[in-house]
Amino acid sequence: MDGIHDMGGMDGFGKVEPEPNEPPFHEPWEGRVLAMQRAMSYAGGWYIDMSRYAQERLPPPVYLTATYYQRWALAMERNVIERGLADAAELAAGHALRPGKSLKRKLTPAIVGEGMTRGSFYRQAQGPASFKAGDRVRAKNIHPPTHTRLPRYVRGHVGVIDLVHGCHAFPDTVALDQGDKPQWLYTVVFDGRELWGPDTDPTLKISVDAFEPYLEPA
Amino acid sequence: MAADHDHHGSELSDTQLRVRALETVLTEKGYIDPAALDLIVETYETKVGPHNGARVIARAWHDPAFKRALLEDGSKAVRTMGHESRVGDHLIVVENTPHLHNMVVCTLCSCYPWEVLGLPPVWYKSAPYRSRAVKDPRGVLADFGVKLPNETQIRVWDSTSENRYMVLPMRPAGTEGWSEERLAKLVTRDCMIGTGLAREPQEIA
Repeated sequence: MDGIHDMGGMDGFGKVEPEPNEPPFHEPWEGRVLAMQRAMSYAGGWYIDMSRYAQERLPPPVYLTATYYQRWALAMERNVIERGLADAAELAAGHALRPGKSLKRKLTPAIVGEGMTRGSFYRQAQGPASFKAGDRVRAKNIHPPTHTRLPRYVRGHVGVIDLVHGCHAFPDTVALDQGDKPQWLYTVVFDGRELWGPDTDPTLKISVDAFEPYLEPA
Repeated sequence: MAADHDHHGSELSDTQLRVRALETVLTEKGYIDPAALDLIVETYETKVGPHNGARVIARAWHDPAFKRALLEDGSKAVRTMGHESRVGDHLIVVENTPHLHNMVVCTLCSCYPWEVLGLPPVWYKSAPYRSRAVKDPRGVLADFGVKLPNETQIRVWDSTSENRYMVLPMRPAGTEGWSEERLAKLVTRDCMIGTGLAREPQEIA
């Protein structure tokens, strides 16, 4: 979706302001939010692209003014409700009012390391790759109204296949609970001037990782 | 919880209450175990951080065979080092040279190689960095006090898949014969993201 989350190339947000000696969490609740996300992912409550999509659907003023972990918490509430894991009345009450659904597994202290290891996103190829390193490709001018990982700033522009990463789960369908639909994944590199115009620093190159359905020959 | 900054502090307590409610509901439903959550928080507070990545970089500087293996397959090479948080399948390490400077961003969310660098800092997840890194990386570098030669090529890696990128910074001059342990002290978080350079030897003397 063409949402506020797709920030590449926007102006007006000001300087980057690093915080010296930044702690891992600024408030204890932030750690709880992160840990809940890990535990619910491990349990199979939802996939990471569903978390991203839930954040992308926050109203833009909320997205821009909420803190990072507030966005996570809001997205988690949405996933809990949309996935039928609890309802709004229970979240408002702060207690379960009904028994839970049966999830595939539960993260316990004895196996907590498993919940902190990223799973593999490699999937069985469904066919040969359409592109190889060095091929010229155009990022399609597409605007799906749902989750996608093709940022707006490259759409319609021509780049070159730099790396071929094998077949990965396809975020666009995973986010909609429509399955992995494995797709070839490539790193596509663009000249800065192709994206931002002739006045751009000629030493600049930008790459994105792009799934095959995002690309066409150029 | 949403973002009404005129509430003078009530926003935070509202957030705390909502997060507590969420944890209680998920616990009572049987989905999560709060004791496991405690361990996750503790791990991120005490064990997983940029010191993990610094060990990887120092080894690459020290051991040419490891460096080749790291650039060939980051996940496989890092797995041999036995980190607290085991690295997944998709770590890619990109090398800075006198002619090329790499910088990593996630314009769409906050993708970051947390297995080797820990949790991303707030600035990495912020709108200023996400919006500008792909369009004006030299301006972003200036925000960090870094100035590169005008002819240095800049490559920005936008982390739009589950691949995770880490920068192998250039080894500072004057460190010949240093041990891995000593070299690791030169490696900052920011130099592994590409918004900084490794420390000079005199900075840690």
